[in-house]
Amino acid sequence: MDVLYFAWVRERIGVPKEVVETQAKTVTDLVEELRGREERYAAAFADLSALRVAVDQELTEFDASLEGAREVAFFPPMTGG
Amino acid sequence: MKIAVQSEPFDLGAEASAFASGHRDMGAIVTFTGVVRDLARGDLDRMVIEHYPGMTLKALEKIANEARERWSLGDVLVIHRYGDLAPGEMIMMVATASPHRKDAFEAAEFLMDYLKSRAPFWKKEITSDGADWVAAKDEDEDALNRW
Repeated sequence: MDVLYFAWVRERIGVPKEVVETQAKTVTDLVEELRGREERYAAAFADLSALRVAVDQELTEFDASLEGAREVAFFPPMTGG
Repeated sequence: MKIAVQSEPFDLGAEASAFASGHRDMGAIVTFTGVVRDLARGDLDRMVIEHYPGMTLKALEKIANEARERWSLGDVLVIHRYGDLAPGEMIMMVATASPHRKDAFEAAEFLMDYLKSRAPFWKKEITSDGADWVAAKDEDEDALNRW
């Protein structure tokens, strides 16, 4: 699936988007997988309370299912307006 | 209803005027405009606004549609910019049209509160010292609870 990063999460991980082959069932499972990859992921995902997640472009929670998901995005709390 | 996400500036007068014309039953038009401010230390060079292209329009439409369900609105306008903006430049505007002033004001406030924390935009301030992402405030999230 496509995994997207925005704002400081993008800067910390170093890419805006990547394709991840995963069997993760939930967002939390995916986060655990990514954390185990490299230090930059562990750093970006150190504090999940500082992050928000969208699955298929809809804001959701970290316990959300990834069944059938094509796109997951991680980013800090939004600052629009 | 007009929802636009764009990098180029918008003409506040022309947008407000076009929005306000053509209704016979809307007694109240409220507009709000957000402007890049140099509040931190007076050395803001520019603000960079990042967004999530695939999600932004959908999120804005969802917020605008919710406002239309909650209040008696004849029309809603949301324009939000992204990219590089200088202090004093307009970032975004919302406008609401209603038969009644109270609905127009409340819906505009609702739109602003939700745009701040539920629309996928992120602001970064560039100063002579470096660059910092603007942090979301707890009160922005609290503001959603009153609706």
